[in-house]
Amino acid sequence: MAEIIQILLSDSFWAASLRIATPLIFGVLGALICEKSGVLNLGIEGIFVAGAMSGWMAVWLGAGLWGGVIVAGLAGAFFGLIHAILTVPLGLSQHVSGLGVTLFATSVSYFFYRTALPDVSSPPRIEPFRPLEIPILSDLPFVGPVFFQQTALTWLALFMVGLVWYIMNRTGLGVAIKAVGDNPNSVDAQGLSVYGLRIGAIVVGSALMALGGAFLTMSAFDAFFFGMVNGRGWICIALVIFASWKPGKALFGALLFGAFDALQVRMQTEVGAKVPTQVFLAAPYVLSIVALVIAARRAEYPRALLTPWFKGQR
Amino acid sequence: MTSPPVLHLNGLTKTFGSVQAAQSISLELFKGEVLALLGENGAGKTTLMNMLFGHYMPDSGTIDIFDTSGTAKPLQLGNPQAAIAAGIGMVHQHFTLAENLDALDNIMLGSERFFDFRRNKTKAMQKVQKIMDDSGLAAPMNIPVGKLTVGERQRVEILKALYQDVKILVLDEPTAVLTPQEADKLFENITTMTKNGLSVIFISHKLREVLAFSNRIAVLRHGRKVGEISSKEANERKIARLMVGEETEISSRKKMKSGEAVLELDNLTISGSSKRESISNVNLIVKKHEILGIAGISGNGQTVLANAISGLLKPSSGKIKLESEILISNDPSNIIQAGVGRIPEDRHKDGIVGQMTVAENMILEDLSNKRIQSRGLLNREAIIQHCEDLSVKYDVRGPGANASARLLSGGNIQKLILARVFEAAPKLILANQPTRGLDMGAAADVANRLLEARQRGSGVILISEDLDEILSLSDRIMVIYDGELKAVETHDRETIGLMMAGEAA
Ligand SMILES: Nc1ncnc2c1ncn2[C@@H]1O[C@H](COP(=O)(O)OP(=O)(O)OP(=O)(O)O)[C@@H](O)[C@H]1O
Ligand SMILES: [Mg+2]
Repeated sequence: MAEIIQILLSDSFWAASLRIATPLIFGVLGALICEKSGVLNLGIEGIFVAGAMSGWMAVWLGAGLWGGVIVAGLAGAFFGLIHAILTVPLGLSQHVSGLGVTLFATSVSYFFYRTALPDVSSPPRIEPFRPLEIPILSDLPFVGPVFFQQTALTWLALFMVGLVWYIMNRTGLGVAIKAVGDNPNSVDAQGLSVYGLRIGAIVVGSALMALGGAFLTMSAFDAFFFGMVNGRGWICIALVIFASWKPGKALFGALLFGAFDALQVRMQTEVGAKVPTQVFLAAPYVLSIVALVIAARRAEYPRALLTPWFKGQR
Repeated sequence: MTSPPVLHLNGLTKTFGSVQAAQSISLELFKGEVLALLGENGAGKTTLMNMLFGHYMPDSGTIDIFDTSGTAKPLQLGNPQAAIAAGIGMVHQHFTLAENLDALDNIMLGSERFFDFRRNKTKAMQKVQKIMDDSGLAAPMNIPVGKLTVGERQRVEILKALYQDVKILVLDEPTAVLTPQEADKLFENITTMTKNGLSVIFISHKLREVLAFSNRIAVLRHGRKVGEISSKEANERKIARLMVGEETEISSRKKMKSGEAVLELDNLTISGSSKRESISNVNLIVKKHEILGIAGISGNGQTVLANAISGLLKPSSGKIKLESEILISNDPSNIIQAGVGRIPEDRHKDGIVGQMTVAENMILEDLSNKRIQSRGLLNREAIIQHCEDLSVKYDVRGPGANASARLLSGGNIQKLILARVFEAAPKLILANQPTRGLDMGAAADVANRLLEARQRGSGVILISEDLDEILSLSDRIMVIYDGELKAVETHDRETIGLMMAGEAA
């Protein structure tokens, strides 16, 4: 017990939590935007891979770090567009299309990786984002290391939480997205385009997801590895439900998961000798499931989620 | 007609598969005019208006809109945005509201720019307030639409159309869920608005309001326009003959001795999250061979009461007894098994499963029937046969047993539900607003079926806002107001009307 308290009081633990949460924040916001418009995007896992791989490769090819971020966003938007076309005007099963996009985006990313680097055993490294040090603030006790040793991408993620909240709750666009996810006829009857809104939401949401992937190769690590996304996309799908489709709660959920994960790593070193490491590795997922079970019962699903809409049909 | 035309529909045609919903329909509308569009359920009224508003793309035909100088401009077809831009507003037959948003957001949807740093809700609210004052239609603006009653939602729909500064207003059965007083008020205000140049097309099955408030009447039958008369020259008989070619009459209610109690509510109380979701200390008895009419303006607890009896809501206290057995509530399937047949208020949402076929919907509440299954396996052919038999018996018309139920017109959906309920020979029938939105013929059918059930020995609870319906069908009448149910000893219209408005008689 004392060990846990020790860990919880250390600034490095909280800094790690925020770092681990960052890709999840991007992913969960992306999934939230898609689902608010009424479309589930299971392409998220593959879009993470595509973002991770394309951003890193762009930097390696000399695009600069922010150039890499943009490339990752565009790659996400591209795969999002495929999912959008399949599920919105064509009205295909959102589950099947999403899983298809995940498989497709993952293999395309691996393909490009292998084509560009046919016979390397370890990938070339790039110079990743550095922590944003801010004079004075960075030297504050506790707060300094937790917040001011994060990279620009973490700050971007936090900013996105506010931006997405603002758009969803304070702009006409947000109102329209919420309406199309609840009853597409409501926006159709007001002369707005159901297809336009949904496709737009999926494309933008997917671009955000890809930034989550880009964080992995351009900030958390400095290279691309196979399997490095490792289920983070799926976690985001669960976190959206946990967050009841609210950006603020999404941030909280991502941080909670980040904290579990950071705790698990530290617990391993503390009591690892007595308990098998697999237990610790599984802990964040188990705890997420428990949290989800508690939260999901009250979750209010967008009413039109998973239901395709066709013009001129009743 | 001396005033200039504002709209011209030329030969609009639309087919859905094998259904000819509209066949070369032409129609004119003049400035400041109120045109009523009449026709049986499934005649093609909604289809025609959906083509005007751009929801449906006509197979052939054109639409011309006249501007103030009187020159005709063709309207771009199949595009609601073009229709709105041309000054056309439409109130749809079925709600087009996002239930997760409040009424004001629904009203503002589409008429504001996507990126304004501050949405001007205050200004929009002022405009809505003015429209509410002018039109006499009020609804709460700041709670999610999902929490509003059907009547309130209908008012939000109308406010939404008026908010767009329309020149031509289309109302598809706007009064189906309004009280008579509200409907009259609405039409009075529409009459005022037409003086200022608004032209109105409205669809209704209520001949009284059609005759009172329209200038001209156009009648559709089986997708064709079969007549047009000036309202001054029209009377109920003439219109009915045009609409159906014949008249249906409600058989009269014969005196009958009621039997022992079928349903008994004993101090039933439900405390919902708000007053409108609650009922308190409801006591009632329904006997065999008896129709108990419950009158009241919607939103006074009818829905809660009906949901409690059908097991969708758990009572906070009190008992529900069916033939003196206490019903385990909170379990709808149990209650259906026990012999309660339900005709729900929102037939589209709670009465059918729209994606499933007509035949499947027909057997939905009776899956264990040996006629359609053996050892848990359904027999497709028997199901379709069963559906076809019942379709003939109950006159359900539509695209066939294998079509999705959502494609049926409102009246035929109701007949489907009647067929399902009546075939189960229930002890108690719970009919909640059963004739809402039905044409005269279909409404008479429903009334006759309820009388027939009474004859057969069922107890019937008839919940309705339509006082005429209550008065003509009920053996006993109770009034629900603000969650409280009171017995009325008379069949006196005025007394009951006052009680419905909350003024104790
Ligand atoms: N989108 C659609 N797809 C298939 N069939 C349709 C569609 N819309 C309407 N129909 C069919 O066209 C016919 C006309 O329907 P419509 O809704 O226009 O009738 P209505 O006159 O408005 O009837 P009601 O009084 O019941 O509202 C019906 O047979 C209906 O089943
Ligand atoms: Mg209609």
